Amino acid sequence: MTAEFRIALAGNPNSGKTTLFNALTGSRQHVGNYPGVTVEKKEGVYRLEHTKINIVDLPGTYSLTAYSEEEVVARDFLIFEKPQVIVNIIDAANLERNLYLTTQFFELGIPVVIALNMIDAARDRGIEIKEDRLAEYLGVPVVPIIARTGFGTQKLMEETVRQAAKKKEWNPKPISYGEDIDSTLLDLEEKITAGNFLIDTYPARWIAIKYLESDQQIIDRGRKENAVLSAVLEKEVEAVARHLRETMETYPEAMVADHRYGYIKGILQRGVISHKYDKDRLYTSDRIDKVLTNRFLGPLFMGLVLFALYTFTFNYSELPVAWLESLFGQLALMADHLLPDGQLKSLVVSGIIDGVGGVLGFVPLIMFMFFGIAILEDTGYLARVAFMLDRIFRIFGLNGSSVMAYILSGGIAGGCAVPGVMATRTLRSPKERMATLLTAPFMNCGAKLPVLALFIGAFFSENKAQYMFFFTILSWTVALVLAKLLRVTVLKGESTPFVLELPPYRFPTLKGLFIHTWEKTWQYIKKAGTVILGISIIIWAMMTYPGLPEKDKEKFVQQRQEVEAAYPAMIVAGSNMTISEEEAAERSRMLAAIDRAESGMALRYSVAGRVGTALESVSFLAGFDWRTNIALIGGVAAKEVILSTLGTAYSLGGDNQDQSGSLGQVLAADPGWNPVKALSVLLFISYYAPCFVTVICISREAGSWKWGAFSMVFNTLFAFILAILVFQIGSLFC
Amino acid sequence: MSRMILRKMRKNQKGVITAVKKDGELGRRIRDMGLVPGTEITVQGRAPLYDPVALRVMGSVISLRNNEADFIEVEVQP
Repeated sequence: MTAEFRIALAGNPNSGKTTLFNALTGSRQHVGNYPGVTVEKKEGVYRLEHTKINIVDLPGTYSLTAYSEEEVVARDFLIFEKPQVIVNIIDAANLERNLYLTTQFFELGIPVVIALNMIDAARDRGIEIKEDRLAEYLGVPVVPIIARTGFGTQKLMEETVRQAAKKKEWNPKPISYGEDIDSTLLDLEEKITAGNFLIDTYPARWIAIKYLESDQQIIDRGRKENAVLSAVLEKEVEAVARHLRETMETYPEAMVADHRYGYIKGILQRGVISHKYDKDRLYTSDRIDKVLTNRFLGPLFMGLVLFALYTFTFNYSELPVAWLESLFGQLALMADHLLPDGQLKSLVVSGIIDGVGGVLGFVPLIMFMFFGIAILEDTGYLARVAFMLDRIFRIFGLNGSSVMAYILSGGIAGGCAVPGVMATRTLRSPKERMATLLTAPFMNCGAKLPVLALFIGAFFSENKAQYMFFFTILSWTVALVLAKLLRVTVLKGESTPFVLELPPYRFPTLKGLFIHTWEKTWQYIKKAGTVILGISIIIWAMMTYPGLPEKDKEKFVQQRQEVEAAYPAMIVAGSNMTISEEEAAERSRMLAAIDRAESGMALRYSVAGRVGTALESVSFLAGFDWRTNIALIGGVAAKEVILSTLGTAYSLGGDNQDQSGSLGQVLAADPGWNPVKALSVLLFISYYAPCFVTVICISREAGSWKWGAFSMVFNTLFAFILAILVFQIGSLFC
Repeated sequence: MSRMILRKMRKNQKGVITAVKKDGELGRRIRDMGLVPGTEITVQGRAPLYDPVALRVMGSVISLRNNEADFIEVEVQP
């Protein structure tokens, strides 16, 4: 007979929870999101002979309060989905702190099995734990394991199945919180039970504890359920709070927390734990930290690491990116041969293959980036980066972890906002994270670089290096200042507490790194791939339709015929040519010129062209003409499109990639352009709406399309105002 | 033995927490990390710009900002 159980895996961050989950479920994992929030929900299956165990990996938390999304998600899962057992993983070297979460499971009464992890590392530190005593005093099974090597995991699962099979009722453990609190608790509990107040969902004593802790989520639910009774409870809590404040200068929630620790200390003191060495002995990890967070060496090393991450992400992914590019080039070529000339071919080649290729082209980048970050995160170094840089970033309403997103987005010129925005996942504070991901696209990504290079080359060629440097510094300034602006307006609010654990340095496991990298990359492919296909088709249609009227097309046909008539020998296929090589070159040059003139005219005639022309009535303020406008519209699809579209608009031929030199010359010679206009356009391009892939990533990471739309509107407005200022003021002097 | 706030502690100085005078989210986060009255702490070091501070607590290292450390009172060994 087969049995099926559902268990939850819970524990502190850095307790080895993910390693255990990977060890148990291997590749049989499914990653999704909890409804309505960006917290990941991971599920996997473990088989023990005939028993199927569905494991849900809860987010790593220190507590079960209502302050962070992760904690709310974790406790709502426990309460509403009622897993049969919680496997509570605990870092053996850090028993006391880790058991704090366990006491909160006891308060809920859910059956717990403790996985005492990293007993090897604890032993190295001279810590010996008598697990049988611990199990006896806590009243739950304790299984020592080493998740990295798989030691003890089978035994852990056997114990878990044994517990699950008992189908125990939830049985809240009464922990004492001191006389004042205990008597209030009893009273509240009585009222809650008598009033039948939320007790279908939560244990009565637990509701009472949450009221004492002023837990906003539970109080809100209570008010909705029975406003009168809720008010009575709140009043009683207030009375005891006042009493505690006056007599002991403390808060009910502090009393509850202190007594939870008291309960843990009481157990550990009964011969559960022994330290072989002096408790203050410096461990290897602390010695490493003496160097890596040293006042002088620390920042130096951090600079090297961040630069290495950047180089790794962008340089080493170059080859696979080139492979993908040539693959899509081949595909486009194949489609070119197979399909007849016309709209369908144009759609397949320019719309679908280019669009999907654009998205998949990022895949190697993202894989390398996540791999690099996974190493930094799993070794524990990432927390040190946040620690060292926090003071600077706090000034701008961000926190130390923001630096990674900025650097990957192009803080060192040439990054990409897509991995940058996705890297904000490492920020645990929601407002700081939003401000970072909304401002990261202001950095100079790799696709903006050719635009910068071309304009600077054409108009400021004497001071190229200085201008490039200036634009990099300016990007940092803009991103940080606007982050500050967002944090005092739409993302207003106190900075999230920065109480951060600096976990001991550890060697990451290769399996963990690969699973982590693949998961994130696959999510990107799924989300971005589907949406971007639709959008690139729309952009393609805007730049293609309506086609030129027959009358104009005929004109170009006629021109071609004239050229062909002038150099007739080419039409006769054969080896005995009569025309010279120069004549042949001249002929193809003229034909190409006609093609370019036609595509330039067609572009102006298309929807995008008309929009660009219509926008001139506003954009003249910043000095943009219709050609620039079309290019900027195209740039919303991908910044790479800007130069090629501008080329087409100037009838330079859209397809050949090596026309940037000539485009630069054309612009420099054009009387409609001058350095002021060039600067205004450059600033606009640097800061206006992010490309669509980035917008999709922003929406996904922020959990709502509203933020994607916000970033498009906000960035464009900001860039436009900046461009107007520069153009208007600059024009006064030129 | 003398009492002082955590911000004032020197590097490598040891002490025992006597009070955490803060409620709400920050208070909760501080307690979640084991920073409660009776806990022994050692100042492990400070970030390059003197803020945040890193503490050794119950076998782990916790960092918090100076303005967060202001709510924590410690009885230090001389």
